[in-house]
Amino acid sequence: MEKIFTRPKSLKNAVFHYCPGCGHSVIHRLICEVIDELNIQDKTIGVPPPGCSVFAYYYFDVDMIESAHGRGAAVATGIKRANPEAIVFSYQGDGDLAAIGAGETLHAANRGENITAIFINNAVYGMTGGQMAPTTMVGMKTTTSPYGRDPQFDGHPIKMSEIIGQVEGACYVERVAVNSPANIRKAKKAIKKAFQNQIDGKGYSLVEILSPCPTNWKMGSIESWKWVEDVMSKKFPLGLIKDTTGKTHAD
Amino acid sequence: MTGNAAIAEAAIRAGCQCYFGYPITPQNELTEYMAANLSRRPGCTFVQAESEIAAINMVYGASVTGARAMTSSSSPGISLKQEGISYLAACQLPAVIVNMSRGGPGLGSIAAAQSDYFQSTRGGGHGDYRTIVLAPSSVQELADATHRAFELTDKYSIPVIILGDGMLGQMMEPVEFKHEAPAVPPVRANGLRGAKGRPSRFIRSFTSNPAELEELNWNLYRRYQQLQEEETTCECFMTEDAGLIVTAFGVGARIAKGAITNARAQGMKVGMFRPTTLWPFPKEQLKALSQNTQYFLDFEMNMGQMIDDVNLSLEGKGDVTFYGRPGGVIPTSSEVLRVITRLYYQKGLNS
Repeated sequence: MEKIFTRPKSLKNAVFHYCPGCGHSVIHRLICEVIDELNIQDKTIGVPPPGCSVFAYYYFDVDMIESAHGRGAAVATGIKRANPEAIVFSYQGDGDLAAIGAGETLHAANRGENITAIFINNAVYGMTGGQMAPTTMVGMKTTTSPYGRDPQFDGHPIKMSEIIGQVEGACYVERVAVNSPANIRKAKKAIKKAFQNQIDGKGYSLVEILSPCPTNWKMGSIESWKWVEDVMSKKFPLGLIKDTTGKTHAD
Repeated sequence: MTGNAAIAEAAIRAGCQCYFGYPITPQNELTEYMAANLSRRPGCTFVQAESEIAAINMVYGASVTGARAMTSSSSPGISLKQEGISYLAACQLPAVIVNMSRGGPGLGSIAAAQSDYFQSTRGGGHGDYRTIVLAPSSVQELADATHRAFELTDKYSIPVIILGDGMLGQMMEPVEFKHEAPAVPPVRANGLRGAKGRPSRFIRSFTSNPAELEELNWNLYRRYQQLQEEETTCECFMTEDAGLIVTAFGVGARIAKGAITNARAQGMKVGMFRPTTLWPFPKEQLKALSQNTQYFLDFEMNMGQMIDDVNLSLEGKGDVTFYGRPGGVIPTSSEVLRVITRLYYQKGLNS
């Protein structure tokens, strides 16, 4: 029988520790498919963060170096500057990239570092138990916003991708989601383009991925997919935010 | 050449490939020298980072690939770098960190001080770790210490701190460089550069298994013990017949040396013990000196930090007096001579 679907070569044969319905495992797979398709497994270096994806190196079959919380862009800068032949990507959550690491992210983008940032936005700090993130929706209840996020005291959800889109060194910024088969296919195209930009030496690429966190949202998987569609993507609209590469999707 | 520039030149000659810095006085000449010179060398890189935190994390990233990497700063900036230094220590990655220290606490002053002794020698960041700490006291020694720092950090995979101060960084002295810069900067064989022809690898400090983390701590501890046995260095100046021994480090030792020379001219038998590695501290060498005398004067440009190590080394057998000037005040040799003279007569060493 012909095999038409298999595990990507860059994805280790391991069981994901992620909760049912979590977006991380889907996104890991998409990145690995892209690494395989671009044939860069032997020169890719990944920079996973603290958080739910701290064990990403148990799944990605590429060289990886764990970053301190929020410092992914700086660590990736150091790797890429020391070894420009490497294909370097950081994998960061919303607390990581948009709160504690906002400065590192902004300035890596501004320098036009030739790296790829994968930004997982699930509107909460997942690993630590569902605290309010910079991307938490207004009115959303979390363990540190038990009465709902109040903009008067907590501010509004920050649109990091739009901010990075304003920075000259960023060549490509797109927001996608992994809440439906159609959106997952679009997410893969964006990830592939972000890696292709690096191969082509275009500069800093950022892909923001709206990703369900059923456990901390206290929803079922299907419900959380719907919540991404009906609530999150209203505040964080999907689609291209910036593209100066002059190319359409890599495929 | 200024001390700051001497470190930068020595680092280039030691094969430093990557420098990441952030402006802060009194170490800016180092960053500027790297911007002018390292950035033009083939295969080398200079980045002015957006913060000290970013700079040390860039060092972390560069070191992962096997490149020789360094950063420099001054006291408040070194506080910010402690996060990254802890991660470097945990991941056993080489790095050279220069601290041209200034008066503290807080924003403090930009004048030379030695108040970062504790921070440098006790790890500095979170967790159970040490860094190797070198304490030069002249521009020539800064250059030599820089070369030694790169050798040590690669040999032991432990970050090395060069602890200078604002005066050493800014002073100008002749300096002789003993090494030529390599045509191609060296790359460690165990660097992560992509899994070509080998299985993929990862470097991390986090584990959910306390037993695994305990093993890491034991690994570090054993290496620290080896360092204590093999790499402690010090200078003993006129200690053979000394009734009173001044303990001092860095630029403080240089001031003390002037005072001791003058004390000798007045017939007082005074010597000096100067650790050139602050960690590991040369405690055996200091303990040996207490065979000849019990009287010690610990002189530091702070309120008394190294004195803890002096007392630990002497195991309670020394009569240790402290004299210090904190906050960036630089005492003169004659001021230290007055302290020496008073103590010398108080202890009846003239008879």
